[in-house]
Amino acid sequence: MVQHEHARGQQPARHAALVLADGSVFEGELIGSELPAASAGIASGEVVFNTVMSGYQEVLTDPSYAGQIVTFTYPHIGNYGTNEFDREAERPFCRGVIVRDMARRPSNYRSEASLDVMLRRFGLCGIAGIDTRRLTRILRDTGAMPGAFGTAAEVDLLAAARAEPGTDGIDLVAAVTTSERYVVASQAARRIVAFDFGIKSTMLRHLGELGTVEVVPASTTAADVLELRPDGVFLSNGPGDPAMVGYAVDTIRELLGQVPIFGICLGHQLLSRAIGGETFKLPFGHHGGNHPVRHEATGRVEITSQNHNFCVDPASLNGKADVTHLNLYDNTNEGMRVIGAPAFSVQYHPEAGPGPHDSRYLFNAFAELMDAS
Amino acid sequence: MPRRTDIESILIIGSGPIVIGQACEFDYSGTQACRVLREEGFRVILVNSNPATIMTDPDFADATYVEPITPDVVARIIERERPDAVLPTLGGQTGLNTAMALFERGLIGVPGTPEMIGANALAIATAEDRGKFKQAMIEIGLAVPASGIAHTMEQAREVVAAVGLPCIIRPAYILGGRGTGIASTAAEFELAAAHGIASSPIGEILIERSIAGWKEFELEVMRDQADNCVIICSIENVDPMGVHTGDSITVAPQQTLSDVEYQQMRDAAFACIRRVGVETGGSNVQFAVNPATGEQVVIEMNPRVSRSSALASKATGFPIAKIAAKLAVGYTLDEITNDITGTPASFEPTLDYVVTKIPRWAFEKLPGTTGILGTQMQSVGEVMSIGRTFPESLQKGLRSLELGRHGLGCDSAEAQLSAQSDDNLLAAIAVATPDRIFQVGELLQRGVTVDRIHDACRIDHWFLDQMSQIMEERAALADIGFSSMTRRQWKRAKQFGFSDAQLAWLWKVDEFAVRAAREAAGVIPTYKTVDTCAAEFAARTPYHYSAWEDENEVRPSDRPRVIILGSGPNRIGQGIEFDYCCVHASFALREAGFETVMVNCNPETVSTDYDTSDRLYFEPLTTEDVLNVIAAETAASGGVAPKVIVSLGGQTPLKLSGQLPVGLIAGTSSASIDLAEDREKWNALCNTLRIPQPPGGTASDLESAIAIVDDVGYPVLVRPSYVLGGRAMRIVHDGEHLASAMKELAGFGSLGKEGGLSAERPVLIDRFLEDAIEVDVDAIRDRTGEVMIGGVMEHVEEAGVHSGDSACAIPPQTLPRWVVEVIERYTRAIANALEVCGPINVQFAVLGTTAFVIEANPRASRTVPFVAKATGVPLAKIASRVMLGATLAELRIEGLIRPPRTFAHVAVKEAVLPFSRFPEVDTALGPEMRSTGEVMGIDSTFGRAFFKAQLAAGTLLPTEGTVFLSLADSDKPAGLVVAQRLRDLNLSIASTKGTGEYLGRFGITVDQVVGKISDGHGINAVKLIESGQIVFVVNTPQGRGGRTDGEQIRKTANAHHVSSVTTVEAALAAVGGMAEMVGSELSVRSLQEYHQ
Repeated sequence: MVQHEHARGQQPARHAALVLADGSVFEGELIGSELPAASAGIASGEVVFNTVMSGYQEVLTDPSYAGQIVTFTYPHIGNYGTNEFDREAERPFCRGVIVRDMARRPSNYRSEASLDVMLRRFGLCGIAGIDTRRLTRILRDTGAMPGAFGTAAEVDLLAAARAEPGTDGIDLVAAVTTSERYVVASQAARRIVAFDFGIKSTMLRHLGELGTVEVVPASTTAADVLELRPDGVFLSNGPGDPAMVGYAVDTIRELLGQVPIFGICLGHQLLSRAIGGETFKLPFGHHGGNHPVRHEATGRVEITSQNHNFCVDPASLNGKADVTHLNLYDNTNEGMRVIGAPAFSVQYHPEAGPGPHDSRYLFNAFAELMDAS
Repeated sequence: MPRRTDIESILIIGSGPIVIGQACEFDYSGTQACRVLREEGFRVILVNSNPATIMTDPDFADATYVEPITPDVVARIIERERPDAVLPTLGGQTGLNTAMALFERGLIGVPGTPEMIGANALAIATAEDRGKFKQAMIEIGLAVPASGIAHTMEQAREVVAAVGLPCIIRPAYILGGRGTGIASTAAEFELAAAHGIASSPIGEILIERSIAGWKEFELEVMRDQADNCVIICSIENVDPMGVHTGDSITVAPQQTLSDVEYQQMRDAAFACIRRVGVETGGSNVQFAVNPATGEQVVIEMNPRVSRSSALASKATGFPIAKIAAKLAVGYTLDEITNDITGTPASFEPTLDYVVTKIPRWAFEKLPGTTGILGTQMQSVGEVMSIGRTFPESLQKGLRSLELGRHGLGCDSAEAQLSAQSDDNLLAAIAVATPDRIFQVGELLQRGVTVDRIHDACRIDHWFLDQMSQIMEERAALADIGFSSMTRRQWKRAKQFGFSDAQLAWLWKVDEFAVRAAREAAGVIPTYKTVDTCAAEFAARTPYHYSAWEDENEVRPSDRPRVIILGSGPNRIGQGIEFDYCCVHASFALREAGFETVMVNCNPETVSTDYDTSDRLYFEPLTTEDVLNVIAAETAASGGVAPKVIVSLGGQTPLKLSGQLPVGLIAGTSSASIDLAEDREKWNALCNTLRIPQPPGGTASDLESAIAIVDDVGYPVLVRPSYVLGGRAMRIVHDGEHLASAMKELAGFGSLGKEGGLSAERPVLIDRFLEDAIEVDVDAIRDRTGEVMIGGVMEHVEEAGVHSGDSACAIPPQTLPRWVVEVIERYTRAIANALEVCGPINVQFAVLGTTAFVIEANPRASRTVPFVAKATGVPLAKIASRVMLGATLAELRIEGLIRPPRTFAHVAVKEAVLPFSRFPEVDTALGPEMRSTGEVMGIDSTFGRAFFKAQLAAGTLLPTEGTVFLSLADSDKPAGLVVAQRLRDLNLSIASTKGTGEYLGRFGITVDQVVGKISDGHGINAVKLIESGQIVFVVNTPQGRGGRTDGEQIRKTANAHHVSSVTTVEAALAAVGGMAEMVGSELSVRSLQEYHQ
């Protein structure tokens, strides 16, 4: 018989399956890197979905996805290739990628390599041909779920999925934070210390417009930060459960009131915990580029980029912070300003890599806060 | 901010007749607006001259004016109704231009007059005036192509010297790019600039650097009064810049921009709408992107809902027009709920599928056209298809077009290209034509590289590579063979969009054998949901498309259900009228407790609005796709098969009826349909009933055709069976033309084209009754045998002009009452003999006082909406109820049928023809239908109603100036009456020599006589018309074929926008109308008042 599967590209299709911890099975074919020999033909992690239609390179290189397998709901992924500029970190931290169709030939003047080539370069594997809509509907109803994919037998994949711990109760920040401090130079005179809990390049680009940025490891102490005499401290995004990063919460508590603080995503959750707020896990998180958030001060609606599974309980902020932003999809908290200290934070991604630019004013607000203090 | 309380009544201006560039999409948007504004408690006043629209149903507005959309007429409506506000942004370019004219007269948009809501005059002017727009974009730092404005040829030459060639010439204030051209040489520039200045109502053109070959994108933007902006949809054109976006294959969402580039474009779109100042509602911004550098330029913006916004609404599930109407009355986006998900409308839809739109053209009906696509829109309709991937979506779209193609090649019609060399094809694809997509497919199938093809046609590599994968899959499938297919392979083939028909052709097996084998392998379609959010939230609305995936989302239900098959893409002969019927059926049957299921693939329509029916399947109307929907619906109701309505969507569903399970068809059986179509059975039926028919017969080849003509004599009417709109129909006067007509039809058959001749579908040949009056009857028969006559229409033009192209009146104006009664009797008898259960349309030709029956069609006709608007009887609703078993008696009790009344008014329907876009086409009317739309004039007398119908169709009947007369010999006696009336009205007459002499003989003097065009010296008709001295032309065709003076006169009048009529009957009606209007005011009245 003729190898019909040759049609898709140079390599013959590598039949594979995705199995969720609830036993759901999906047929597909492997893409990207070979599975490492040590893994017995299995990749596993917490399966989440993202609804952006463009920006796959930014998503896959976002350190917040550490420990997760990212499903793209948009079926064609890889259309415009990949390049040096659109990555959010040196390498991907996610465990795998799930798509309906992987573009064979990218087309864009900025493209330097196809997505498949990029995945292979970083040893990241994925599975294509999946009914990603069915998968999304399962995740929507049951919440982010452990899963495993590969060429192994379904029973082994199921076992691997069930053995996967998920992202609760684990300090994933430690795995993605920088081990060394580094500096992002700037034309502007301010000095900013940025905690790297899994920081994205686009954030650094925007901070770099405000001042020189000293990026520090997550475990850096308050004393060490203050010694740098910063005009402001930035708390980055990052993966996983904020309750597992208690050391950072303590540091932030010490810094509060001493220096202006701006937090994004995990940074928002950590700042909230530092003032006594509480966080909880959302059923399936927010992962996309189209969520409406209302800025309560102006009533204006911003279309926002979102990527988080945990969320701040607004009731726990009562008397400690003012709620500044609200998610209009599910009325969850999207931002706050601390009462009595120059500190504010948002749950979503104003830097937008990928995503809409509606909320970039927040970086200016940070600059104003630094200049006023 | 909540709903405004300072306004109570709102005037909505519709878009008028369906024309190229302005089709059903504005009925869709207007209907949504009417609905939502009435729900909000506003008094809605509507003006629209198009009776085939849903929006002009008296139920959709408080006062519905089916009147010409001219500033004068709308001013009268404003005077009468005194609305608080005018919403001008939902009626296309017509609505916008009319509003601007009213603003300029100080009648709206200034203190003390109705407020303009949605977009104010300044915003409209900024977006519509190309100079102002460009200046505005430069001000906010957005790039635009280098350009300049000109009002004269001298200015134009100066501008082009600065901009350089090639360049694009765009006239200001136009719709659908009319008058737009590209020039590569100085000579081409001279022509295009002159034409552009003539086309623009303000004599202004924009000359612009050509960016042909760049990638083209559109963003649909919405803004509310709190300045929240969202993008509803991004669209990428497969055809690069150089082809009008309405003529391009387009895809949503955009495919080849990285997020960085996309967000840059999004920022630019917001900056654009803010600068232009569209306060609330939807706008569309077009961009071009240089594929080599990423440079982005703004091309244009529409400060209103558009064809693209209708497409975007269907593509995303986000109802732009509905939301725009709410924004216009004060709401903000976050105050409005997204019906589909229950979340706020202040978000951006995200898709998990690929939408493809493909235009449909009508060049075959317009001899003389080149079929080359350019910056001026020429398509008459479009299809949309939804697939999980682009290959799937593209192939579905191509088979949705109903052009005899089953996908991207892999069908019998691909033989057309097989003889051409690679080089020929590569040269051919450099020019955009309707065939280009198939030529590209053929090249890919031959293994020509994506790069070579890209270099030739500039279609992006990504699209080409995706198409190439279709071809590679085809090759793999051919290798595997029918009998070796595994489940995985079947699924994969279907995921690439291959239809069973394509696979049957590939493997040389029967389509049903393919279906059976595929189903045996367990491969059946699943139905996914269009939900605006890529499944992030549960969707409430069942708006489905097929995909070959794991999970089916059709929800079970045990209510009785009816599938209504729609009419597919708009085309000449089958358009909005049939969508109107389908929508009415859905409304009526929902009310009667049925669950209605719509199947259609036309994104412009109301039928494909997600809340018109209980379920919507956005699917091609092919045997396979329809059978699949029936199977899915059967499965969802525990094995109970639904009823299927095939007789409301024109020929499209009717042609499928033979392939569907017999017991499922609601109403008239397919045997009855066949009885009316089968010539021999039909003849026998008429003989039995003793109803006269023109003599004739059926022929499947020239020999049998000649035999018939020997019997009946010339002239004969030659027409194919199973077609709408008189496709390929012609009147033949001699043997030579008979031979060529038969040859042409045979050619169609082998190519699988509409109207093609084959053994199963022979040609009908009838004696043509010259000078007969044509009469159309719409009736409904129920299962008990009661027949209700809906309307009897007398045509203005004689038999021989296609009924769709001729004007007609209700009630009949010249027929004796007793002849009308005979016709009604005949209609009842035919309906009974055919055992019709539902609608029937019967056509007659009356010669003297003898009524001959021409044909009967047991389905809803094009005139159903016109009859409903003229009489107030909801024919389509009644017909659909009857098909599902109700009797007319029951419907009378229910109140759907009201007691018959006699009306004091006359309604005239007039056809609207596309000639102004095709200056190379002869405007003489004939048996092949060419109109794209219709208007209705309604008033107290025929003359006044006819005058209004003409005005609405764009033909201004003059009350002063010089009329040019040129009449065929047979028309000259009637011409005497025409000329005398013109004289009575104090109009001057110019004429040809022959006509002038004839008139002189009877004492009518002609002011100016012109010579033959071939004489070359002195003043002739063409020069006279070109000089601008003629206000109206009456030219009836002389002789048959050949390049006559008459043809040149008609073309010249068309090119110079001088109104003309081409039949003496129309001329008589015109002078009658003119006589009634002299010294009399045009008055307006709402349908609600007429129907009272």
